[in-house]
Amino acid sequence: MRPDPSANAPAPAGAAYAAAFSAALLEPDRKTPALVTGPAGKAAAKRYNVYRNNVTVSLINALAAVYPAVQRITGVEFFRAMARFHIRETPPISPLLFEYGQDFPAFIERYEYAQGMPWLADTARIERAWLDAYHAADAPALGAADLASVPPERLADLVFMPHPATRLVRSRYAAVTIFAANRKPAPVEDIDASQAEDALITRPEFDVVVRRLAPGQAEFLSALMAERPLGEAAAAALEARSDFDVGMGLATLIESGACASAHLGENS
Amino acid sequence: MRDLTAHPEWEACQPRFPAHPVAGLAGTSFKPQHLQAILARLKPRGFFEIHAENYMGAGGPPHRALEAIRRDHAVSLHGVCLSIGGPKPLDTAHLARLASLVRRYEPALVSEHLAWSTHETVYFNDLLPLPYTEATLALVCDHIDQVQEAIGRPLLLENPSTYVLFHESTMRETEFIRAVARRTGSGLLLDVNNVFVSATNYGVSPLDYLANFPLGLVGEIHLAGHVEQSDDEGEPLLIDSHDRPVAAAVWRLFERVVERAGRIPTLIEWDSEIPEWPRLEAEAAAAQEILDHAGSARRRSHAA
Repeated sequence: MRPDPSANAPAPAGAAYAAAFSAALLEPDRKTPALVTGPAGKAAAKRYNVYRNNVTVSLINALAAVYPAVQRITGVEFFRAMARFHIRETPPISPLLFEYGQDFPAFIERYEYAQGMPWLADTARIERAWLDAYHAADAPALGAADLASVPPERLADLVFMPHPATRLVRSRYAAVTIFAANRKPAPVEDIDASQAEDALITRPEFDVVVRRLAPGQAEFLSALMAERPLGEAAAAALEARSDFDVGMGLATLIESGACASAHLGENS
Repeated sequence: MRDLTAHPEWEACQPRFPAHPVAGLAGTSFKPQHLQAILARLKPRGFFEIHAENYMGAGGPPHRALEAIRRDHAVSLHGVCLSIGGPKPLDTAHLARLASLVRRYEPALVSEHLAWSTHETVYFNDLLPLPYTEATLALVCDHIDQVQEAIGRPLLLENPSTYVLFHESTMRETEFIRAVARRTGSGLLLDVNNVFVSATNYGVSPLDYLANFPLGLVGEIHLAGHVEQSDDEGEPLLIDSHDRPVAAAVWRLFERVVERAGRIPTLIEWDSEIPEWPRLEAEAAAAQEILDHAGSARRRSHAA
Protein backbone atom coordinates (compact mmCIF):
# COMPACT_ATOMS: atom_id res chain seq x y z
CA MET A 1 0.00 0.00 0.00
CA ARG A 2 2.72 2.43 0.97
CA PRO A 3 4.79 3.86 -1.87
CA ASP A 4 7.70 4.44 0.50
CA PRO A 5 10.04 1.44 0.72
CA SER A 6 11.63 2.63 3.96
CA ALA A 7 8.25 2.18 5.68
CA ASN A 8 8.87 -1.57 5.42
CA ALA A 9 11.80 -1.33 7.81
CA PRO A 10 11.00 -2.69 11.26
CA ALA A 11 9.62 0.00 13.56
CA PRO A 12 7.67 -0.12 16.80
CA ALA A 13 3.89 -0.03 16.44
CA GLY A 14 2.70 3.49 15.66
CA ALA A 15 6.23 4.71 14.87
CA ALA A 16 6.18 4.53 11.06
CA TYR A 17 5.13 8.18 10.73
CA ALA A 18 8.65 9.61 10.84
CA ALA A 19 9.92 7.45 7.97
CA ALA A 20 6.82 8.13 5.87
CA PHE A 21 6.79 11.86 6.63
CA SER A 22 10.51 12.48 6.12
CA ALA A 23 10.98 10.43 2.94
CA ALA A 24 9.71 13.24 0.69
CA LEU A 25 11.11 16.22 2.60
CA LEU A 26 14.21 16.60 0.44
CA GLU A 27 12.53 15.17 -2.68
CA PRO A 28 10.39 17.84 -4.37
CA ASP A 29 9.20 15.41 -7.05
CA ARG A 30 7.70 12.89 -4.63
CA LYS A 31 4.02 12.95 -3.75
CA THR A 32 2.72 14.34 -0.48
CA PRO A 33 2.87 11.48 2.06
CA ALA A 34 -0.52 9.78 2.33
CA LEU A 35 -0.52 9.85 6.13
CA VAL A 36 -1.13 13.62 6.37
CA THR A 37 -4.18 15.71 5.53
CA GLY A 38 -5.66 19.16 5.88
CA PRO A 39 -8.63 19.70 8.20
CA ALA A 40 -12.15 18.59 7.16
CA GLY A 41 -10.95 16.81 4.04
CA LYS A 42 -8.82 19.73 2.78
CA ALA A 43 -5.75 18.87 0.69
CA ALA A 44 -2.29 18.65 2.26
CA ALA A 45 0.02 19.42 -0.69
CA LYS A 46 0.73 23.09 0.03
CA ARG A 47 0.63 22.37 3.74
CA TYR A 48 3.27 19.63 3.47
CA ASN A 49 5.33 21.91 1.22
CA VAL A 50 5.70 24.32 4.15
CA TYR A 51 7.87 21.66 5.83
CA ARG A 52 9.79 20.96 2.62
CA ASN A 53 10.46 24.64 2.23
CA ASN A 54 11.46 25.14 5.88
CA VAL A 55 13.94 22.25 5.70
CA THR A 56 15.61 23.24 2.44
CA VAL A 57 15.65 26.99 3.00
CA SER A 58 16.93 26.72 6.57
CA LEU A 59 19.74 24.39 5.50
CA ILE A 60 20.68 26.65 2.58
CA ASN A 61 20.74 29.54 5.06
CA ALA A 62 22.95 27.48 7.36
CA LEU A 63 25.47 26.95 4.55
CA ALA A 64 25.27 30.64 3.59
CA ALA A 65 26.10 31.53 7.20
CA VAL A 66 29.20 29.32 7.12
CA TYR A 67 30.31 30.41 3.63
CA PRO A 68 29.53 34.15 3.21
CA ALA A 69 32.58 34.84 1.01
CA VAL A 70 31.69 31.97 -1.34
CA GLN A 71 28.15 33.36 -1.60
CA ARG A 72 29.46 36.85 -2.31
CA ILE A 73 31.72 35.52 -5.07
CA THR A 74 29.11 33.33 -6.77
CA GLY A 75 26.12 35.59 -6.18
CA VAL A 76 23.07 34.54 -4.18
CA GLU A 77 21.20 32.62 -6.92
CA PHE A 78 24.23 30.55 -7.92
CA PHE A 79 25.07 29.84 -4.29
CA ARG A 80 21.56 28.74 -3.34
CA ALA A 81 21.32 26.40 -6.33
CA MET A 82 24.73 24.88 -5.49
CA ALA A 83 23.81 24.57 -1.81
CA ARG A 84 20.51 22.88 -2.68
CA PHE A 85 22.37 20.18 -4.64
CA HIS A 86 24.76 19.65 -1.77
CA ILE A 87 22.00 19.41 0.84
CA ARG A 88 20.17 16.71 -1.13
CA GLU A 89 23.42 14.78 -1.57
CA THR A 90 24.80 15.32 1.95
CA PRO A 91 22.14 16.40 4.45
CA PRO A 92 23.32 17.19 7.98
CA ILE A 93 23.74 14.28 10.37
CA SER A 94 24.24 16.42 13.48
CA PRO A 95 21.90 18.96 15.07
CA LEU A 96 24.90 21.25 15.56
CA LEU A 97 24.52 23.26 12.37
CA PHE A 98 27.74 25.20 12.90
CA GLU A 99 29.45 21.89 12.15
CA TYR A 100 27.48 21.37 8.91
CA GLY A 101 29.10 21.75 5.52
CA GLN A 102 32.43 20.05 6.20
CA ASP A 103 32.05 18.33 2.81
CA PHE A 104 30.91 21.46 0.99
CA PRO A 105 34.42 22.52 -0.22
CA ALA A 106 34.95 19.08 -1.80
CA PHE A 107 31.48 19.34 -3.36
CA ILE A 108 32.35 22.77 -4.82
CA GLU A 109 35.51 21.29 -6.29
CA ARG A 110 33.51 18.86 -8.42
CA TYR A 111 30.39 21.03 -8.95
CA GLU A 112 29.99 21.34 -12.70
CA TYR A 113 29.08 25.03 -12.75
CA ALA A 114 31.96 26.05 -10.44
CA GLN A 115 34.70 24.65 -12.68
CA GLY A 116 35.53 28.14 -13.93
CA MET A 117 36.43 29.17 -10.36
CA PRO A 118 39.09 26.62 -9.37
CA TRP A 119 40.03 28.71 -6.29
CA LEU A 120 36.49 28.66 -4.90
CA ALA A 121 36.86 25.36 -3.00
CA ASP A 122 39.98 26.55 -1.15
CA THR A 123 38.25 29.82 -0.27
CA ALA A 124 35.48 27.67 1.21
CA ARG A 125 38.07 25.60 3.13
CA ILE A 126 39.35 28.78 4.78
CA GLU A 127 35.80 29.80 5.70
CA ARG A 128 35.12 26.37 7.18
CA ALA A 129 38.39 26.55 9.17
CA TRP A 130 37.43 30.05 10.34
CA LEU A 131 34.20 28.76 11.89
CA ASP A 132 35.88 25.70 13.39
CA ALA A 133 38.41 28.02 15.03
CA TYR A 134 35.59 30.28 16.25
CA HIS A 135 33.90 27.41 18.14
CA ALA A 136 37.08 25.60 19.23
CA ALA A 137 37.84 25.01 22.90
CA ASP A 138 39.29 27.90 24.89
CA ALA A 139 42.92 27.65 25.91
CA PRO A 140 45.68 30.15 26.61
CA ALA A 141 48.20 30.53 23.80
CA LEU A 142 51.90 29.92 24.31
CA GLY A 143 53.81 33.18 24.67
CA ALA A 144 57.47 34.03 24.11
CA ALA A 145 57.99 34.26 27.89
CA ASP A 146 57.05 30.57 28.20
CA LEU A 147 60.17 29.72 26.19
CA ALA A 148 62.57 32.00 28.09
CA SER A 149 63.81 29.17 30.30
CA VAL A 150 64.82 26.92 27.39
CA PRO A 151 68.63 26.83 26.95
CA PRO A 152 69.58 27.85 23.38
CA GLU A 153 71.26 24.50 22.71
CA ARG A 154 67.99 22.69 23.46
CA LEU A 155 65.74 24.80 21.20
CA ALA A 156 65.85 22.21 18.41
CA ASP A 157 64.28 19.64 20.77
CA LEU A 158 61.20 21.76 21.52
CA VAL A 159 57.89 20.05 20.72
CA PHE A 160 54.80 22.26 20.43
CA MET A 161 51.21 21.29 21.14
CA PRO A 162 48.74 23.03 18.81
CA HIS A 163 46.11 25.37 20.23
CA PRO A 164 42.61 23.83 19.76
CA ALA A 165 41.63 26.58 17.29
CA THR A 166 44.66 26.31 14.98
CA ARG A 167 44.05 25.32 11.34
CA LEU A 168 46.27 25.35 8.26
CA VAL A 169 44.88 25.59 4.72
CA ARG A 170 47.22 25.33 1.73
CA SER A 171 46.09 26.44 -1.71
CA ARG A 172 47.48 26.42 -5.24
CA TYR A 173 45.53 29.66 -5.68
CA ALA A 174 45.34 33.05 -3.98
CA ALA A 175 42.67 31.73 -1.63
CA VAL A 176 43.75 33.83 1.36
CA THR A 177 43.56 37.10 -0.56
CA ILE A 178 40.24 36.07 -2.12
CA PHE A 179 38.85 35.08 1.29
CA ALA A 180 39.96 38.33 2.95
CA ALA A 181 38.66 40.56 0.16
CA ASN A 182 35.24 38.89 0.20
CA ARG A 183 34.72 38.97 3.96
CA LYS A 184 34.99 42.78 4.05
CA PRO A 185 32.23 45.16 3.01
CA ALA A 186 34.57 47.10 0.66
CA PRO A 187 34.39 46.46 -3.09
CA VAL A 188 36.70 43.68 -4.29
CA GLU A 189 39.54 44.76 -6.58
CA ASP A 190 41.19 42.58 -9.20
CA ILE A 191 43.05 39.63 -7.69
CA ASP A 192 45.62 37.47 -9.44
CA ALA A 193 44.15 34.11 -8.42
CA SER A 194 47.06 32.10 -9.83
CA GLN A 195 49.39 32.94 -6.91
CA ALA A 196 49.66 29.99 -4.47
CA GLU A 197 48.88 30.98 -0.87
CA ASP A 198 48.84 29.25 2.52
CA ALA A 199 46.57 30.30 5.39
CA LEU A 200 47.14 29.98 9.11
CA ILE A 201 43.90 30.30 11.10
CA THR A 202 44.17 30.94 14.85
CA ARG A 203 42.04 32.22 17.71
CA PRO A 204 44.38 33.06 20.59
CA GLU A 205 41.58 34.76 22.55
CA PHE A 206 38.31 36.03 21.11
CA ASP A 207 38.96 36.91 17.52
CA VAL A 208 39.70 34.49 14.74
CA VAL A 209 42.72 35.65 12.71
CA VAL A 210 43.56 34.43 9.20
CA ARG A 211 47.19 35.01 8.17
CA ARG A 212 48.86 34.52 4.84
CA LEU A 213 52.07 32.58 5.42
CA ALA A 214 55.50 33.34 3.94
CA PRO A 215 57.11 30.63 1.74
CA GLY A 216 58.17 27.56 3.75
CA GLN A 217 56.13 28.49 6.81
CA ALA A 218 53.31 26.08 5.99
CA GLU A 219 55.77 23.17 5.84
CA PHE A 220 57.33 24.39 9.08
CA LEU A 221 54.03 24.79 10.92
CA SER A 222 52.46 21.59 9.66
CA ALA A 223 55.52 19.65 10.90
CA LEU A 224 55.22 21.40 14.27
CA MET A 225 51.47 20.75 14.45
CA ALA A 226 52.27 17.08 13.86
CA GLU A 227 54.38 17.37 17.03
CA ARG A 228 57.74 17.00 15.32
CA PRO A 229 60.57 18.79 17.18
CA LEU A 230 61.53 22.30 16.13
CA GLY A 231 64.83 21.21 14.58
CA GLU A 232 63.14 18.66 12.32
CA ALA A 233 60.38 21.09 11.36
CA ALA A 234 62.93 23.75 10.38
CA ALA A 235 64.83 21.20 8.27
CA ALA A 236 61.63 20.13 6.50
CA ALA A 237 60.77 23.76 5.72
CA LEU A 238 64.28 24.49 4.44
CA GLU A 239 64.14 21.45 2.23
CA ALA A 240 60.89 22.70 0.71
CA ARG A 241 62.05 26.32 0.43
CA SER A 242 65.73 27.20 0.68
CA ASP A 243 64.78 30.83 1.47
CA PHE A 244 62.75 29.80 4.56
CA ASP A 245 63.61 32.00 7.58
CA VAL A 246 63.52 29.98 10.82
CA GLY A 247 63.45 33.08 13.03
CA MET A 248 60.47 34.50 11.17
CA GLY A 249 58.77 31.12 11.26
CA LEU A 250 59.15 30.94 15.01
CA ALA A 251 57.96 34.54 15.39
CA THR A 252 54.80 33.72 13.38
CA LEU A 253 54.22 30.67 15.54
CA ILE A 254 54.31 32.72 18.75
CA GLU A 255 52.59 35.90 17.51
CA SER A 256 49.70 33.99 15.97
CA GLY A 257 48.97 32.02 19.13
CA ALA A 258 49.05 28.79 17.13
CA CYS A 259 50.35 26.75 20.08
CA ALA A 260 48.92 26.01 23.48
CA SER A 261 52.09 24.68 25.06
CA ALA A 262 55.58 23.35 24.45
CA HIS A 263 57.87 20.82 26.05
CA LEU A 264 61.35 19.48 25.52
CA GLY A 265 61.29 16.27 23.51
CA GLU A 266 62.70 12.87 24.51
CA ASN A 267 65.98 12.72 22.59
CA SER A 268 68.04 14.81 24.95
CA MET B 1 59.26 15.56 29.49
CA ARG B 2 58.58 18.95 31.02
CA ASP B 3 55.62 21.12 30.10
CA LEU B 4 56.79 24.71 29.88
CA THR B 5 53.32 26.13 30.27
CA ALA B 6 51.21 25.26 33.25
CA HIS B 7 47.82 26.96 33.51
CA PRO B 8 46.00 25.08 36.27
CA GLU B 9 43.75 28.08 36.98
CA TRP B 10 42.33 27.81 33.43
CA GLU B 11 40.38 24.66 34.30
CA ALA B 12 39.27 25.93 37.68
CA CYS B 13 37.75 29.22 36.56
CA GLN B 14 34.26 27.97 35.68
CA PRO B 15 32.00 30.94 36.42
CA ARG B 16 29.16 30.77 38.91
CA PHE B 17 26.18 33.04 38.43
CA PRO B 18 23.71 34.83 40.66
CA ALA B 19 20.13 33.51 40.71
CA HIS B 20 18.24 36.32 38.95
CA PRO B 21 14.45 36.04 39.21
CA VAL B 22 12.28 35.39 36.18
CA ALA B 23 8.81 35.49 37.77
CA GLY B 24 6.48 38.03 36.18
CA LEU B 25 9.10 39.20 33.68
CA ALA B 26 9.15 39.64 29.93
CA GLY B 27 12.24 38.68 27.95
CA THR B 28 13.55 38.33 24.42
CA SER B 29 15.55 35.95 22.31
CA PHE B 30 19.25 36.73 22.76
CA LYS B 31 21.01 37.53 19.49
CA PRO B 32 24.80 38.11 19.58
CA GLN B 33 24.52 41.29 17.47
CA HIS B 34 22.60 42.88 20.37
CA LEU B 35 25.22 42.08 23.01
CA GLN B 36 26.80 45.54 23.28
CA ALA B 37 23.43 47.33 23.31
CA ILE B 38 22.17 45.01 26.04
CA LEU B 39 25.29 45.42 28.18
CA ALA B 40 25.13 49.21 27.75
CA ARG B 41 21.73 49.44 29.43
CA LEU B 42 21.92 51.25 32.74
CA LYS B 43 19.50 48.92 34.46
CA PRO B 44 19.47 45.24 33.49
CA ARG B 45 15.90 44.07 33.08
CA GLY B 46 14.03 40.99 31.91
CA PHE B 47 15.45 37.68 30.82
CA PHE B 48 17.02 36.22 27.69
CA GLU B 49 16.40 32.97 25.90
CA ILE B 50 19.01 31.14 23.88
CA HIS B 51 18.77 28.21 21.52
CA ALA B 52 20.78 25.58 23.35
CA GLU B 53 22.37 24.21 20.17
CA ASN B 54 24.06 27.52 19.37
CA TYR B 55 26.08 27.19 22.58
CA MET B 56 27.16 23.61 22.19
CA GLY B 57 30.51 24.47 20.65
CA ALA B 58 33.54 23.77 22.82
CA GLY B 59 34.46 27.41 23.41
CA GLY B 60 34.97 30.78 21.78
CA PRO B 61 32.96 34.01 21.55
CA PRO B 62 29.47 32.43 21.96
CA HIS B 63 30.33 31.35 25.50
CA ARG B 64 31.93 34.71 26.32
CA ALA B 65 28.74 36.47 25.20
CA LEU B 66 26.48 34.13 27.16
CA GLU B 67 28.58 34.50 30.30
CA ALA B 68 28.27 38.29 30.02
CA ILE B 69 24.49 38.06 29.57
CA ARG B 70 24.05 35.51 32.35
CA ARG B 71 25.92 37.62 34.91
CA ASP B 72 23.14 40.25 34.97
CA HIS B 73 20.07 38.31 33.84
CA ALA B 74 18.12 35.11 34.16
CA VAL B 75 18.53 32.90 31.10
CA SER B 76 16.07 30.49 29.53
CA LEU B 77 17.59 27.52 27.71
CA HIS B 78 15.44 26.53 24.74
CA GLY B 79 16.33 23.30 22.96
CA VAL B 80 15.30 23.10 19.32
CA CYS B 81 16.47 19.69 18.16
CA LEU B 82 16.30 16.94 20.75
CA SER B 83 13.64 15.27 18.59
CA ILE B 84 11.48 14.38 21.59
CA GLY B 85 8.55 13.61 19.28
CA GLY B 86 10.51 11.21 17.05
CA PRO B 87 10.27 7.41 17.22
CA LYS B 88 14.03 6.90 17.50
CA PRO B 89 15.92 6.84 20.81
CA LEU B 90 17.22 10.26 21.84
CA ASP B 91 20.78 11.13 20.87
CA THR B 92 22.50 10.59 24.21
CA ALA B 93 25.55 12.63 23.23
CA HIS B 94 23.26 15.55 22.43
CA LEU B 95 21.39 15.10 25.69
CA ALA B 96 24.70 15.12 27.57
CA ARG B 97 25.60 18.43 25.90
CA LEU B 98 22.25 19.88 26.99
CA ALA B 99 22.78 18.69 30.57
CA SER B 100 26.24 20.21 30.58
CA LEU B 101 24.83 23.61 29.45
CA VAL B 102 22.25 23.42 32.25
CA ARG B 103 25.02 22.84 34.79
CA ARG B 104 27.24 25.53 33.35
CA TYR B 105 24.73 28.39 32.97
CA GLU B 106 22.14 27.53 35.66
CA PRO B 107 19.16 28.65 33.53
CA ALA B 108 15.90 29.72 35.17
CA LEU B 109 13.89 27.84 32.53
CA VAL B 110 14.62 24.84 30.28
CA SER B 111 12.30 23.98 27.41
CA GLU B 112 11.93 21.82 24.29
CA HIS B 113 9.32 21.20 21.60
CA LEU B 114 6.61 18.65 21.03
CA ALA B 115 8.12 17.86 17.63
CA TRP B 116 10.91 15.91 15.97
CA SER B 117 13.75 16.91 13.67
CA THR B 118 15.98 13.88 13.18
CA HIS B 119 15.12 10.60 11.49
CA GLU B 120 17.63 7.77 11.05
CA THR B 121 20.80 9.79 10.60
CA VAL B 122 19.43 12.92 8.95
CA TYR B 123 18.87 16.15 10.85
CA PHE B 124 16.14 18.14 9.07
CA ASN B 125 16.50 21.40 11.02
CA ASP B 126 12.75 21.91 11.32
CA LEU B 127 10.14 21.17 13.98
CA LEU B 128 8.25 18.32 12.33
CA PRO B 129 4.79 17.18 13.48
CA LEU B 130 3.72 13.86 14.95
CA PRO B 131 0.40 12.01 15.13
CA TYR B 132 -1.27 12.04 18.52
CA THR B 133 -1.88 8.40 19.48
CA GLU B 134 -1.37 6.16 22.50
CA ALA B 135 1.84 4.90 20.86
CA THR B 136 3.35 8.36 20.33
CA LEU B 137 2.21 9.42 23.79
CA ALA B 138 4.20 6.55 25.28
CA LEU B 139 7.34 7.40 23.33
CA VAL B 140 7.15 11.14 24.05
CA CYS B 141 6.73 10.38 27.76
CA ASP B 142 9.73 8.02 27.69
CA HIS B 143 11.82 10.70 26.02
CA ILE B 144 10.79 13.40 28.49
CA ASP B 145 11.53 11.09 31.43
CA GLN B 146 14.99 10.58 29.95
CA VAL B 147 15.57 14.33 29.46
CA GLN B 148 14.39 15.22 32.95
CA GLU B 149 16.61 12.51 34.39
CA ALA B 150 19.60 13.92 32.47
CA ILE B 151 19.06 17.57 33.42
CA GLY B 152 17.85 16.87 36.95
CA ARG B 153 14.81 19.16 36.73
CA PRO B 154 11.43 19.45 35.00
CA LEU B 155 11.33 20.37 31.33
CA LEU B 156 8.84 22.82 29.86
CA LEU B 157 7.28 21.23 26.76
CA GLU B 158 6.16 23.65 24.01
CA ASN B 159 3.01 23.27 21.93
CA PRO B 160 3.94 23.37 18.23
CA SER B 161 2.79 25.32 15.18
CA THR B 162 1.66 22.73 12.65
CA TYR B 163 0.40 22.75 9.06
CA VAL B 164 -0.92 19.20 8.58
CA LEU B 165 -2.99 16.68 10.53
CA PHE B 166 -2.42 12.91 10.65
CA HIS B 167 -5.15 10.45 9.70
CA GLU B 168 -3.98 8.16 12.50
CA SER B 169 -4.32 10.73 15.32
CA THR B 170 -6.79 9.61 17.99
CA MET B 171 -6.57 12.54 20.40
CA ARG B 172 -6.53 16.31 20.34
CA GLU B 173 -3.24 18.13 20.86
CA THR B 174 -4.41 19.63 24.17
CA GLU B 175 -5.43 16.17 25.40
CA PHE B 176 -2.05 14.78 24.36
CA ILE B 177 -0.11 17.59 26.05
CA ARG B 178 -2.16 17.30 29.23
CA ALA B 179 -1.45 13.53 29.35
CA VAL B 180 2.29 14.08 28.78
CA ALA B 181 2.49 16.56 31.65
CA ARG B 182 0.48 14.33 33.96
CA ARG B 183 2.59 11.24 33.26
CA THR B 184 6.02 12.88 33.27
CA GLY B 185 5.61 15.74 35.73
CA SER B 186 6.90 18.14 33.08
CA GLY B 187 5.80 21.76 32.90
CA LEU B 188 4.55 23.46 29.75
CA LEU B 189 5.66 26.30 27.55
CA LEU B 190 2.58 27.89 26.00
CA ASP B 191 3.41 29.49 22.67
CA VAL B 192 0.43 31.76 22.09
CA ASN B 193 1.46 32.49 18.51
CA ASN B 194 1.59 28.74 17.83
CA VAL B 195 -1.92 28.41 19.25
CA PHE B 196 -3.14 31.13 16.90
CA VAL B 197 -1.23 29.75 13.88
CA SER B 198 -2.42 26.14 14.31
CA ALA B 199 -6.00 27.13 15.15
CA THR B 200 -6.20 29.30 12.03
CA ASN B 201 -4.65 26.54 9.93
CA TYR B 202 -7.32 24.07 11.05
CA GLY B 203 -10.25 26.49 11.11
CA VAL B 204 -10.83 26.15 14.86
CA SER B 205 -11.02 28.72 17.63
CA PRO B 206 -7.81 29.55 19.52
CA LEU B 207 -9.97 30.29 22.57
CA ASP B 208 -11.31 26.73 22.50
CA TYR B 209 -7.74 25.45 22.36
CA LEU B 210 -6.78 27.61 25.34
CA ALA B 211 -9.88 26.53 27.25
CA ASN B 212 -8.63 22.94 26.97
CA PHE B 213 -4.99 23.74 27.73
CA PRO B 214 -3.78 23.09 31.31
CA LEU B 215 -2.78 26.69 32.01
CA GLY B 216 -1.85 25.85 35.61
CA LEU B 217 1.19 23.94 34.34
CA VAL B 218 2.54 26.76 32.15
CA GLY B 219 5.96 27.97 33.28
CA GLU B 220 6.70 30.19 30.28
CA ILE B 221 4.86 31.89 27.43
CA HIS B 222 6.19 32.53 23.92
CA LEU B 223 5.03 35.30 21.60
CA ALA B 224 6.27 35.70 18.03
CA GLY B 225 5.35 36.97 14.59
CA HIS B 226 3.84 34.88 11.81
CA VAL B 227 3.35 35.30 8.08
CA GLU B 228 0.25 34.52 6.04
CA GLN B 229 0.29 32.26 2.98
CA SER B 230 -2.55 30.23 1.52
CA ASP B 231 -3.49 26.56 1.49
CA ASP B 232 -4.55 24.40 -1.48
CA GLU B 233 -8.08 25.80 -1.21
CA GLY B 234 -6.83 29.41 -1.27
CA GLU B 235 -7.64 29.99 2.39
CA PRO B 236 -5.18 31.48 4.90
CA LEU B 237 -2.33 29.24 6.01
CA LEU B 238 -0.22 30.86 8.72
CA ILE B 239 3.51 30.15 8.98
CA ASP B 240 5.33 30.46 12.29
CA SER B 241 8.11 32.65 10.88
CA HIS B 242 9.53 34.56 13.92
CA ASP B 243 10.56 37.33 11.53
CA ARG B 244 8.27 40.23 12.46
CA PRO B 245 6.35 41.82 15.35
CA VAL B 246 3.71 39.90 17.28
CA ALA B 247 0.32 40.14 15.52
CA ALA B 248 -2.49 42.14 17.16
CA ALA B 249 -4.70 39.03 17.46
CA VAL B 250 -1.90 37.22 19.30
CA TRP B 251 -1.47 40.13 21.73
CA ARG B 252 -5.21 39.91 22.50
CA LEU B 253 -4.98 36.17 23.12
CA PHE B 254 -1.96 36.78 25.36
CA GLU B 255 -3.98 39.25 27.44
CA ARG B 256 -6.70 36.64 27.88
CA VAL B 257 -4.12 34.06 28.99
CA VAL B 258 -2.51 36.44 31.48
CA GLU B 259 -5.92 37.39 32.91
CA ARG B 260 -6.64 33.75 33.58
CA ALA B 261 -3.22 32.33 34.42
CA GLY B 262 -1.36 35.25 35.99
CA ARG B 263 2.06 36.76 35.42
CA ILE B 264 3.90 33.95 33.66
CA PRO B 265 7.41 34.75 32.33
CA THR B 266 6.88 35.77 28.70
CA LEU B 267 9.35 35.73 25.85
CA ILE B 268 9.35 37.60 22.54
CA GLU B 269 10.90 35.27 19.95
CA TRP B 270 12.51 36.86 16.91
CA ASP B 271 14.87 34.60 14.92
CA SER B 272 14.93 35.89 11.37
CA GLU B 273 15.03 39.42 9.84
CA ILE B 274 16.27 40.42 13.29
CA PRO B 275 15.70 44.10 14.06
CA GLU B 276 17.91 46.52 15.96
CA TRP B 277 17.85 46.01 19.73
CA PRO B 278 15.47 48.92 20.56
CA ARG B 279 12.74 47.40 18.36
CA LEU B 280 13.00 44.05 20.13
CA GLU B 281 13.25 45.72 23.53
CA ALA B 282 10.04 47.64 22.76
CA GLU B 283 8.19 44.37 22.03
CA ALA B 284 9.34 43.00 25.38
CA ALA B 285 8.27 46.24 27.09
CA ALA B 286 4.79 45.84 25.58
CA ALA B 287 4.59 42.31 27.01
CA GLN B 288 5.90 43.56 30.35
CA GLU B 289 3.18 46.20 30.50
CA ILE B 290 0.49 43.56 30.03
CA LEU B 291 2.07 41.37 32.73
CA ASP B 292 2.38 44.31 35.16
CA HIS B 293 -1.18 45.42 34.49
CA ALA B 294 -2.49 41.90 35.15
CA GLY B 295 -0.57 41.84 38.41
CA SER B 296 -2.07 45.12 39.64
CA ALA B 297 -5.56 44.17 38.40
CA ARG B 298 -5.35 40.96 40.39
CA ARG B 299 -4.13 42.74 43.49
CA ARG B 300 -7.01 45.19 43.21
CA SER B 301 -9.55 42.41 42.88
CA HIS B 302 -8.09 40.67 45.95
CA ALA B 303 -8.21 43.94 47.92
CA ALA B 304 -11.87 44.57 46.98
